[in-house]
Amino acid sequence: MIEATFLWQFDIILMSMLVVCAIVALTVKDLVAASIVLGAYGFLICLVYIEMLAVDVAFTEAAVGAGVSTVLLLGTANLIKRRSKD
Amino acid sequence: MKALTLILTFAVGLILLAAVVDLPDWGDPDSPASTYLSPHFIQNAMVETGAPNMVTAVLADYRSYDTMFEVVVVFCAALTIMFVLRRTHRETEKFHKPRPEREDSDIILQWAARLLVPAMQLFALYVLVHGHHSPGGGFQGGVIFGAGFILLALAYDLETILKPFREGRLFMFCVLGAALYVGIGVGSLLLGGNFMDYGVWADILGVSEVKAHYLGMLGIEIGVTITVMAVMFSLYADLASGGDMDEGL
Repeated sequence: MIEATFLWQFDIILMSMLVVCAIVALTVKDLVAASIVLGAYGFLICLVYIEMLAVDVAFTEAAVGAGVSTVLLLGTANLIKRRSKD
Repeated sequence: MKALTLILTFAVGLILLAAVVDLPDWGDPDSPASTYLSPHFIQNAMVETGAPNMVTAVLADYRSYDTMFEVVVVFCAALTIMFVLRRTHRETEKFHKPRPEREDSDIILQWAARLLVPAMQLFALYVLVHGHHSPGGGFQGGVIFGAGFILLALAYDLETILKPFREGRLFMFCVLGAALYVGIGVGSLLLGGNFMDYGVWADILGVSEVKAHYLGMLGIEIGVTITVMAVMFSLYADLASGGDMDEGL
């Protein structure tokens, strides 16, 4: 069994922040804010991957999930109405 | 309706949580994947491909056929977004569409982008060519390359960046990368090997078989980088201009 490299407390903080980010991204009305929270979510997922020693996947997630997809979502939010109805 | 959705979501979530219990533990040496598949890669990846980074060796050599279709999927995404957003001139006249407005560019932002973008592109090249030895590879390098162009487009305006990168040329780059990837695979087929078996390139390149695997992986990674870079920028350009790829955000 591989020894976990990080403290389990760090795990719990990371996971609870992930849940908070997910809920905020779903509930917030402003689509621009939701996109940015989703970017933060991507970065936290990237930290989880690093913690599981999957550095290649973490690198991809940091570049795609936290970086470019946030910009693409912002571009989309610019084209449509900024506030969501539900 | 909303209550029904909530109940369904919780039900599916509970089923998934119950299913997770049956999965092998993280890093379990007795799980099926690590009893017969992983040991082969761990023992032979370095010997057979010359790449110390096993992830790259699996992605670009052993599972090259999968990676090829990942590139095709990325390419199809760019095509689909263009087809959905692109409008003909007649439609543009009929409907006056909302165009994203932008304010005057900021000189500090422009100079910051000017200083940052060369460093980003150098780092992207490093990530690409050093992917055999450290985390990284074609996808990440391509995304960083594309992000550099997007940063330029954000700091200046889209017209400036699109001048050397017209729509047609952008999609030519998308096709070029995928064609380079498939070309290397078909080339090894023509040379008498299996599809994506880079070992048969050894005689033509004048190197050992292991080195041929190494270089073949580098070749397809370059193809992936070109496609992903062009796709990322074309996605941004499509979304920022509302599909016209002329001016916008």
